[in-house]
Parts: sequence; structure tokens; C-alpha cells
Amino acid sequence: MSARLDAVFARTRKEGRPAIIAYLCIGDPDVAASLVIARALLEAGADALELGAPFSDPTADGPVIARASTRAIAAGGSLRATLEVGRVLRQTSEAPLILFGYANPIVVRGERTVVAEAANAGIDAMLVVDLPPEEGEDLRSAAREHAVDVIPLLTPTSAPSRVEAARKVASGFVYYVSMTGVTGSVAAHDPFDAAASAAERLRAELKLPVVIGFGIDDAAKAKRAYGGGRADGIVVGSAIVKAVESADKNVTAAAERAAAVIRAIRG
Amino acid sequence: MAASVRAGYFGPFGGRFVAETLVPALEELEAAARDVMTTSPFQERFHALLRDYVGRPTPLGHAERLRAAIDSSGERLGALLLKREDLCHTGAHKINNALGQVLLAKEMGKTRIIAETGAGQHGVATATACAVLGLPCEVYMGELDVARQAPNVSRMKLLGARVIPVSSGSRTLKDAMNEAMRDWVTNVAHTYYCVGSAAGPHPYPSLVRDLQSVIGNEAKQQSMRALGRLPDAVVACVGGGSNAIGAFAPFIDDASVALFGVEAAGEGVATGKHAATITAGRIGVLHGSKSYLLCDDDGQIIEPHSISAGLDYPGVGPQHAELARSGRATYVSATDDEALAAVREVASLEGIIIALETAHAFAALRGVVDRLVKAGRKRSAVVVCVSGRGDKDLATLIDRLGLGGVS
Repeated sequence: MSARLDAVFARTRKEGRPAIIAYLCIGDPDVAASLVIARALLEAGADALELGAPFSDPTADGPVIARASTRAIAAGGSLRATLEVGRVLRQTSEAPLILFGYANPIVVRGERTVVAEAANAGIDAMLVVDLPPEEGEDLRSAAREHAVDVIPLLTPTSAPSRVEAARKVASGFVYYVSMTGVTGSVAAHDPFDAAASAAERLRAELKLPVVIGFGIDDAAKAKRAYGGGRADGIVVGSAIVKAVESADKNVTAAAERAAAVIRAIRG
Repeated sequence: MAASVRAGYFGPFGGRFVAETLVPALEELEAAARDVMTTSPFQERFHALLRDYVGRPTPLGHAERLRAAIDSSGERLGALLLKREDLCHTGAHKINNALGQVLLAKEMGKTRIIAETGAGQHGVATATACAVLGLPCEVYMGELDVARQAPNVSRMKLLGARVIPVSSGSRTLKDAMNEAMRDWVTNVAHTYYCVGSAAGPHPYPSLVRDLQSVIGNEAKQQSMRALGRLPDAVVACVGGGSNAIGAFAPFIDDASVALFGVEAAGEGVATGKHAATITAGRIGVLHGSKSYLLCDDDGQIIEPHSISAGLDYPGVGPQHAELARSGRATYVSATDDEALAAVREVASLEGIIIALETAHAFAALRGVVDRLVKAGRKRSAVVVCVSGRGDKDLATLIDRLGLGGVS
């Protein structure tokens, strides 16, 4: 596991709280603003950042992140811009940086090229939503060479065979998707207690930290997902993107509102 | 190459590029396609529906006046045969696949069907299959397509389906597919996603091909009866590529049969306003599989353009990508204007109003014959897949061909 991720999970475990991973769509409202917002998120207490490379057809995302992706692409957001934001952040921060995105921009640029560029930028891990363990052989072997973690996703639909498939390729941590749905969904029944139990089980099986994402937008949900330490961390995404959207291109307000989401969850 | 033998791959194309939530559903579908679809009770039921409900086999008929218009001597083009999928119940080949998949979904115990549609033909076919087999149906359709294919929207409603307009992106087929995938990932436990094209994640490209292969299987037998031999070429339009792969698949091992797929060149490939994915695309990942697609250097999907909603898609089925790469099939393109001219020509010479999608195949015919002659073939026999009828396109035809009023 990346030393930076390792350090974060060790620290939050010691402090008896979940590691908070903040997702940001890079390029929304523009690339320079993303850098400002990213720094504000870290200052507000985010332990790690997911830098979302915008994609035109984000099928695993709900309307909030889909809209942000469209705005980001129109404002010059791209995979390359996302890596550049990572590189600049790394100059002043030791927070783990996770490149988050879809397969196509990576395949088009070249899986090995992107991994090398990510490693050079100081990215610790990559999470490619539509790249299950059976796919992306080139990306995975390049990631091993460059010591970049490739984060697998597991979900409530994952039978033991899928856990086994994830085990073969997992490093860094496991991202447990709290519910069947897209990002920013509201589940019919509170999924977080069950997710915390799943996280506890997966951590024991896979010997890796497990973080829970999808649908966590406030302190109460974060607390239930953390389950008093049954999970190692939580991801906050759509709530931050929504806060940025609400600021209507006012960068100071966007940074402030995004930071407020993290502060509320840190408590 | 190891990749060529991997399940779900056609050479370097195909695969299963989906969110982890959907992987178990695709594994379940793969198992059902293998264990249920191949059983004789399923096959008997499916073929009974194709015969008694769809009206299969569809005819393979000579188009003599069109043949003579293309080559009066008969030295270049000896026989032109039309595989009449437009005569299927609901007016297009899409029903073959929809009935097969909805039947399978029922066997799998699924209680709700979703689908995406471009021209509306797959939506109508799925709504029809759901009506006759008794399952609720919801169809995602881009707002732009809802407007330009209004009659099909009404048909779906009449058949009891709910049509959900999609307002994101280019508001066409790809966006409808995005929304269908979002629905599926949310409701995966009880919902079956009936994919309309030979695209998407494994096993859809193979599943749709197998269900549509009835087109090529019949055409092969009918050619033997009509000509006493196999045709020299099979020609079909290609958007995602389901009618084409169904027409091609039974001929792939017959090296003497040339295969031609015709993509939509829109306003011309050079203008950038087109949907000619194989002709002008690059390798990438969209909607669950690796194939050729239209995107920019950063991997963002480029909004395609075609006068025909059914071809207005930035990707193409992975098996077509491999047939193109290996050279087994040849992919050419036809523009909007050429397609419109073909609709008029086929209507006036053969009395068949073909769909705008299908018209691309006809628009490429003279070029196909040139290629066959250059390859040393004389008096060629060519089969064209008439994938669908054109009634749904009347509004576009009235506008573009100036058919309004009486004179």
C-alpha cells in the first residue's frame, strides 16, 4: 500500500474516527478553481482526495456528478488537467491522492502512459469505475511497477466469487459501494449499517482497509457507515459537488461551501 | 494472442467494462444464455413465436427493377436479393432479439424489463415482447429521438410501455443507453436490461448476435434455393450492428461470401458530423465494451450525427470491430443525402418504403458492386438486409424529400 494511505489509515484508526475521502470533479467550475477547492477540502479536515477526471458518459454517476462532468469538460477539465491538479497539490501536501475516473479516457491515452504520468504527479492510487478485476491488465501491471494502488470496488451484489476476484488485484484499500445505485442516490432503506457490517467482514477477508461510499452526505450517515470502526473510512462525493454547483462559479463560495460539508462530517 | 481466446472477446475487442455492481447480473445472464437458451423447450418456444407471431421466415425476394437500374446488362450484378426483415411483426428485425431476451428474462424470474431505443424500433419491439409475454416495460429514449420518431413513441405507449425521455448529453441513443444502465445498476435485483444492439458488455454482443442470426441462417438456406449457391456478398447497415451481425454471422466461415457493413456518414465523414465509427473512429471503451468509437484525444465521446436515429450512435458492436480489423468484413459509409435518395429509389422501383437506417445499405450498393467487379467477380448475387420499414420516418421524408402537398 502507498505509504501515504497507510499513514492516513493508521492515524485515523488511532484517533478512533473514519478516514474522510473527499471527491472533487476536476474542472468544475474550472481547473484553477478545482485546485482552490481541493486545498480548502484538505484544510477542512479531509484526509484524502479523490480527483475525479470528468467523462462525457459517466454511467455509474447520478445527475449531480453527471452535470458537474459536463460543466468540467466544457471548462477545460480532462484527464490531463486532473493529473496536473494532482501534481500541483502534491507540491504542498502529503495527503493521499486518488485518481478517479472511467476507462475510456485512460484507454485512449494509453493505460501504461496514464499510470506513469499519475505516478510522476504523485498520485497514490487509481480507481476506475468501469474496470472490474478481469479487465485492464496493462493498467494493473504498470500500476504494480510504479507502486500505484488500484482500488477495487465491492458492492451489496458481490458474492464470494467477486470478493475473490477483487482479492487477486486489490491493493491500497477496498471501496465498498453502500447500495445498488448511482452516486448521490438515496436508498429506500438505510443501507449504512449493513454496509458497515460488510466492511468489517471484507477487511477481515482481504486484510485491507475498507471505505464506504455512495449516499453519504452528512455526519449522521457517516457515523452509521463508520459503525464505530467496523469500516475504516467514508467517501463524500455528490454532497461536495452539489455544494460547488450551488456557488454558481463563485470560487470563494464554492471552496467555502465544499469545506463546510467536510467540517460538518468531521464534527 | 491470448486476448483472442478470452471469453467475451473478439480479438482485442469486447470485454466487460462495467461497474462492479453489474458484474453478477452479467454473470447470471451469461449462465442463463448458456444453460437456458440452449435447451430445446426454450428454442421450441422461441421458434414458435418467431413463426406464429413474428411471421418468420421472412422472404428473400428478387429486386429485379433495382438490379437493372444498377446494372442493366446483368454482367456486373446478376441477382439482387432482399432479405425482408421489414416484414417482421413491428416492422424491423429488432423483434427477433427482443422476443428472445424477454423470454429469457422471464425464465430468469425477472419481473421488470428496461430498454433503450434510438429510432424507436427496439423500443417498440421490446414493448411488444413485454405485452405478449406479460411483463412491465420501461423504455429510455433521447428527447431528440422522441421528437423525430413520434409515431414509435405512440406505439410504445399503446403497447403499455412507459417511455422515459432522456435530456442529458446529445439526447440520442447513447444517452438513452447511459440512463438505462443507471436504472439497471439501481434496480438490478429484479430488472432485466434488454439491450437492442450487438454492443454492450459481455454477453450481450454474443447473445444479440445469436438471436439475430436467424436472419443469416434463413438467408443462407433461401439463397441455396433461389440461386443454387451462396451469394457473393451480404450487405447491411451498421449502427451498433445487430441486423448486420445477424445477417453476417452464419456466413463468416464461408470465405467466398463478401460481407459489407454500411455506416452512417451523416453530412460527410470529413465534416465531423457523422456516425461512421469504424470508418473514422478509434479504439476505446463505451457502454461496457472495447471497440471503435467516436471520441476526442481526451477520451470524451463525440456526439454523432445521422439522419437515421437508429444509426446515430458513437460506438459499434465489438464483433464488427474485429471483423473490420481482421479484414473479414468491409465497412463503408453512406451520407444522409445518399440514404434519402436510396429511400426514393427503392420505393419507386420496388414498391418498398425502407427505413432510413436500411437506406444506407442500399446507398452503398453501387460501390459494393464496383468492389466485387474489381475483385474479379462477375454477375454477382448480392443479398441486402432490409432491416426495417420506413413508415416511422415519414415526417423526415416529407421534410427532406419535399413530399408535402399534392402536385
